[in-house]
Amino acid sequence: MTDGKLTSLPDHADEAPGGCGLDRRDFLGAGVAAVATALTGCGTLSKEEFLQHNFRELSKEEVLSVIARLEKEYKAKYGKDVKVGTTPPMPGVIFGYALDLSRCIGCRRCVHACVKENNQSRTPEVQWIRVLELDKEEGVNLQHAEQYYNPDEVPREGHFYMPVQCQQCKKPPCVKVCPVGATWREKDGIVVVDYNWCIGCRYCMAACPYGARHFNWGEPNLPPDQVNTETHYLGNRPRPKGVVEKCTFCVQRTRKGLYPACVEICPTGSRKFGNLLDKESEIRYVLENKRVFKLKEELNTQPNFFYFYGV
Amino acid sequence: MLRNFRQFITDTIQIVTHGSKYYYAWVGFLLLLIAIGTGAYIGQLNEGLIVTKMRDQVSWGFYIGNFTFLVGVAAAAIMLVIPAYIYDWEPIKEITILGEMLAISALVMCLGFVMVDIGRPDRFWHIMPLVGRLNWPQSMLAWDVLVLNAYLVLNYFVVTYLLYCAYTERHYVKKIVTPLVLLSIPMAVSIHTVTAYLYNGLGARPFWNSAILAPRFLASAFCSGPAILLILLQVLRKTTKLSIKDEAIFKIAELMAYTMGFNLFLTAAESFKELYSGTEHVVYFQYLLFGLKGHNTLVPYAWASIIFGFIAFILFLVPKFRTNWKLLNLGCVLIYASVYIEKGMGLIIPGLTPDALGEIYVYTPSFTEIAVAAGIFAIGFLVFTIMLKAAVPMMLGEFTISKGRRSAEAEPGTEPVQAH
Repeated sequence: MTDGKLTSLPDHADEAPGGCGLDRRDFLGAGVAAVATALTGCGTLSKEEFLQHNFRELSKEEVLSVIARLEKEYKAKYGKDVKVGTTPPMPGVIFGYALDLSRCIGCRRCVHACVKENNQSRTPEVQWIRVLELDKEEGVNLQHAEQYYNPDEVPREGHFYMPVQCQQCKKPPCVKVCPVGATWREKDGIVVVDYNWCIGCRYCMAACPYGARHFNWGEPNLPPDQVNTETHYLGNRPRPKGVVEKCTFCVQRTRKGLYPACVEICPTGSRKFGNLLDKESEIRYVLENKRVFKLKEELNTQPNFFYFYGV
Repeated sequence: MLRNFRQFITDTIQIVTHGSKYYYAWVGFLLLLIAIGTGAYIGQLNEGLIVTKMRDQVSWGFYIGNFTFLVGVAAAAIMLVIPAYIYDWEPIKEITILGEMLAISALVMCLGFVMVDIGRPDRFWHIMPLVGRLNWPQSMLAWDVLVLNAYLVLNYFVVTYLLYCAYTERHYVKKIVTPLVLLSIPMAVSIHTVTAYLYNGLGARPFWNSAILAPRFLASAFCSGPAILLILLQVLRKTTKLSIKDEAIFKIAELMAYTMGFNLFLTAAESFKELYSGTEHVVYFQYLLFGLKGHNTLVPYAWASIIFGFIAFILFLVPKFRTNWKLLNLGCVLIYASVYIEKGMGLIIPGLTPDALGEIYVYTPSFTEIAVAAGIFAIGFLVFTIMLKAAVPMMLGEFTISKGRRSAEAEPGTEPVQAH
């Protein structure tokens, strides 16, 4: 508690809706929040943040006040107007993804476009997409995967590349194990995390067979000039330290009809994305006309992410 | 009644704050460790879990390893009650209360290790039933929170009640105590089973996804928990007037020989299945026992655990050895070390290495993790010391409401007293 940062305790109790001052409950809440602030060790926990409930339990008014609070916090922190959206799933849409292993050259442009789009911590850099370099002789054998390949030019002779990110499972083991219901599958098939509800136990990381979940081990380091201001509450808004995050198929983009950043950047067209319920979609064309497989199919997680050999 | 209870509390405080110089030195040492641990934990709160060596690849480490081991200790301490009640065997019955106090201390440490492992301890209330949003019955961690806390409350109640009765010179009401003690037996089994299921239920981690994980947990807990008690009983009868018969100790040792044998058998069964069939799942066992791709940090520990476990089994199996105090105590230390490795780092690390995408990240605990863990162990020992300090004179009838403080002060509790 010697940290000077702890001494400032922005308690916004006076701005509570109704503004009728501190009643006993508020006062108790503020006291508990102060203890909790000491526990975060960062000294920026407001009473509202401390008492905020699970996102799925918030009323419309509560959501609005949470969003207003977050936008104010981000403004203070980054000096930018960060827009925190809450766009709900579109009816009649379940997102699917397909990745062409015969086209991917392992250039990792998707990895970096993702980091930029989704406001990940830069140092240490959190990457939601991990590209595996695999031996052609071994096929998809993860025990022969190399993530830290670094040649001057890709693809390397005798190798092929397999990017892995959240597979947006229909039966997500991460959701099942979360002790507090801080992560769930939305109606459009996207598995999301409420960064304000996650307790950071990392059980979901142990449960995920794809290494798709990442933890903010330290305070996320996001330089203000690199902040993407178009965000979603359940997606790419800046995260606090001590919580888990993951790929959301760029929920802030895809729910507005845009492609995920990784699809858009891919120079080889290896990445296909669309609505699984739309018979005319490209993703349905791939599923019907190519031979696809799912990673670790035997675990019955039923991903909505498919791999295929296009040529 | 209420007045008596208040006096019970104040007298208990009195008794635990007064002791010999050895007592003060021991408590002072524990407080020092707690201070070091607290300092390290404050650093972790400020910087985040980045001060540990855990990373995305190995997302659980030393903290959760210690947690798992201590759940076993908490469970096994009570399981000693089983022979006592089934065979109605008085010599062990007397030490039931010690087992319960050991269970309480172990549980305090368990909860401490969980608390320091989570990234957002300020959000602890999210996991509280009714107030937060407990994902029950889906999440095994939600189950674990419930059973561990229920078990803690149960043991705490029984211990307090028994001591309060001793203090007020009344006989405890058998109708209250016996059902609760009997209830604590399935609960002891359940805390360790649920903790095993926590790992067992993850299809993503083949090393844990084995049907005999829960039986292995129970078998190994039956070895390590009593080992602590055996040493403790000898210390207690040397340093206090508490009389514990040799036959009680030897009986426990005999029971331990069977559980050790069973534990080794289960380990062998698991190893055979993995190594002989040699499927893709064998990599985790290879990492543990032989090293993988040149990484062999765990190998010496894994073999030490197996060899210690085997030697301890022989020492406990042969009556001539287990009735020899030196060999018995050596066996206790060996089996404790063996299970500590097996159910701590030997369980967590190979479960997560290689990681889900085949990467090998070599994990060793950081200084912060070791300091925080030392602090939590010190808290557990302190809780246990304080409970013993108050409980022993009460159990002996030396410290009661009518005799009061005077007799307790006359009993320094450090002079070696013959057990018989």
